[in-house]
Amino acid sequence: MAGGADATLLEVRDLVVEFPTRRGVLRALDGISFSIARGEVLGVVGESGAGKSLTGAAIIGLLEPPGRVVGGEIRLDGQRIDNLPQAAMRKVRGKRIGAIFQDPLTTLNPLLSIGRQLVETIRTHLPLSESEARERAISWLEEVGIPAARQRIDAYPHEFSGGMRQRVVIALALCAEPEMVVADEPTTALDVSIQAQIIALMKRLAAEHGTAVMLVTHDMGVIAETCDRVAVMYAGRIAEIGPVREVVKHPSHPYTSGLMASIPALDRKVARLAQIEGAMPRLTTIPRGCAFNPRCPKAMDVCRQEKPGLRPAGATMAACHLYEVENV
Amino acid sequence: MSDAMAADRPVLEAEHVTRVFDVSRPMLARLMAGEKKRMLRAVDDASFAIRRGTTLSLVGESGCGKSTVARMAVGLYAPSAGAMRFEGCELSAARRDAALRRRMNMIFQDPYASLNPRWRVRDIVAEPIRAFRLARGAAVSERVAELLVQVGLSAADGQKYPHEFSGGQRQRVSIARALASEPEFLVCDEPTSALDVSVQAQILNLMKGLQERLGLTYLFISHNLAVVRHMSERLGVMYLGRIVEMGKAEAIFSKPQHPYTRLLLEAIPDLEMVGRARTPVGGEVPSPIAPPPGCAFHPRCPLAREKCRSVRPETARAGEVEVACHAVAEGWG
Ligand SMILES: Nc1ncnc2c1ncn2[C@@H]1O[C@H](COP(=O)(O)OP(=O)(O)OP(=O)(O)O)[C@@H](O)[C@H]1O
Ligand SMILES: Nc1ncnc2c1ncn2[C@@H]1O[C@H](COP(=O)(O)OP(=O)(O)OP(=O)(O)O)[C@@H](O)[C@H]1O
Ligand code: SF4
Ligand code: SF4
Ligand SMILES: [Mg+2]
Ligand SMILES: [Mg+2]
Repeated sequence: MAGGADATLLEVRDLVVEFPTRRGVLRALDGISFSIARGEVLGVVGESGAGKSLTGAAIIGLLEPPGRVVGGEIRLDGQRIDNLPQAAMRKVRGKRIGAIFQDPLTTLNPLLSIGRQLVETIRTHLPLSESEARERAISWLEEVGIPAARQRIDAYPHEFSGGMRQRVVIALALCAEPEMVVADEPTTALDVSIQAQIIALMKRLAAEHGTAVMLVTHDMGVIAETCDRVAVMYAGRIAEIGPVREVVKHPSHPYTSGLMASIPALDRKVARLAQIEGAMPRLTTIPRGCAFNPRCPKAMDVCRQEKPGLRPAGATMAACHLYEVENV
Repeated sequence: MSDAMAADRPVLEAEHVTRVFDVSRPMLARLMAGEKKRMLRAVDDASFAIRRGTTLSLVGESGCGKSTVARMAVGLYAPSAGAMRFEGCELSAARRDAALRRRMNMIFQDPYASLNPRWRVRDIVAEPIRAFRLARGAAVSERVAELLVQVGLSAADGQKYPHEFSGGQRQRVSIARALASEPEFLVCDEPTSALDVSVQAQILNLMKGLQERLGLTYLFISHNLAVVRHMSERLGVMYLGRIVEMGKAEAIFSKPQHPYTRLLLEAIPDLEMVGRARTPVGGEVPSPIAPPPGCAFHPRCPLAREKCRSVRPETARAGEVEVACHAVAEGWG
């Protein structure tokens, strides 16, 4: 693993998250383990509904009830943070871990101007005066590429375009200078050039300040360009994890292979895009054994019986029985 | 009008459409600071037409006015100047006509904001079916189930509330809802941005299938240029509120002419980029409140000359496409 044990900033071990509902207990995360070193960018990809956002929410201690962590642990710099009291967790969040959420509108307060929200966040975490914080806020807006930041800082969220709001959310997460950033689809509503600017900013924070970044995105181009390692999730579990180049170019897990094949190419036009047939199982009907088995072209008998664990597969780690068989 | 003409008539037509927003500070604060009113020209003199059964896509930087065009195209914003027509009928009038209104719909960029959090998904999707009386009784739930399955959810998901879904699942709920009224014209503002590539492929295949079977017409907005290329017949490239290049999508992708289009196509990330940095479009993004004079792209344009700083380039034909650029018009590009 990159870095070495002492460089590890975030460590997630056997994380299990459940939702008790009228229809029974839904297990949304089923034994997730990974770590992120200081200065490392870990990409997280996977099927919609696989549990990427929930993993991020669990790390920052913002699982929405009735969702709760029922197993495993999360450590930041060696210290457990999954069982902290609310008040202590609130300090960690914002100051030590910054979060960029998937829905920009739910993060921004529609009644407060953009500037007000930034100034308050900055002053909560850094010892700055009102006017210093305002200057800092303007430079953050410039940093994330908002044109005419000084003139537009007093605007309200609805006056900004979708991508501009998304950039404000990014500025809000970064302005307290956290050690770790959980970024959930930070660049989806952004055009390629602003995207490049945001990615350059995150890479710079990682390289210069040792910030660790967990980057959730569906854009494999962004992953390829930004991340050191990538984790692929499917139905609440990690299907494959490893260095980006290997996962993209030589995927081991059949789900990863299907995912890579569905990416539309820019240089040729096809009548129909490749898609993985079928849909990911609902949490209520996760199949026995490997959750991917009903859609997997390589499924074997054992796949319908036993849940595969992560194991070495080529240059990556994959949760797939194919590799067990080969290693026997 | 003869039938042949009706079939030829564009479904949506924008004629010199402009939209201006007043972004001044609150009046008192503004007067005390002695400031003038600040106007923001989000869309500036845009003209285009979309033929039945085809897709026009709009691309361009964040904040360049795509969503504003989209909102005008379904009548949610009125143009400050110019005319927007749906089926030949001015949009504010078209919206008042229930029969016309049913025929257009929009998938919003922000799926969460467009779903009522207190409704179950089955009611969210059924609402347009009931409102336009497209089915009744048990047929409504059957239709809802069919729509949910089409977007890759399951019929049982109907009993859940929006917050019980992941981001991409919610986006699919809003697509199912948009399709529920059986629109003929659909404005899709980043319809697949929150979807993983496999579900995205499923939704795009569904949209193309509907277009082939039922002749749907799309106005499509996406930052993902590979998706845009896959979906569109025609393409409009916007910069700071203006359409700077417009024409057949294949022509623009294979031979981009406007300097901004060229930079945009170069900035695309792809899988070959592992570990490499890409060259973003250089220079500051200009302020839309005080856009640069002449050609708004001149501070960032590698080809800019003196004329570009003072004279606004008109839109002119250049081969198969239309381009607003002095360099292209005068052959120094
Ligand atoms: N409040 C809730 N109640 C019940 N189930 C929930 C709740 N919140 C999330 N889930 C379920 O947990 C699963 C994981 O959701 P999560 O938001 O983590 O997905 P994701 O991987 O981020 O997907 P996307 O790419 O679509 O954003 C989903 O199947 C979702 O339906
Ligand atoms: N209601 C409004 N009030 C004031 N300004 C607005 C309003 N709506 C949009 N704008 C401004 O108009 C410009 C264009 O916004 P629009 O939402 O059309 O951009 P966009 O091209 O869709 O961008 P994105 O790719 O980020 O979604 C932006 O500068 C935005 O701040
Ligand atoms: S464990 Fe079996 S079903 Fe699962 S991905 Fe591997 S081969 Fe396919
Ligand atoms: S008009 Fe001039 S500045 Fe504008 S794009 Fe063309 S060459 Fe560049
Ligand atoms: Mg998510
Ligand atoms: Mg928009």
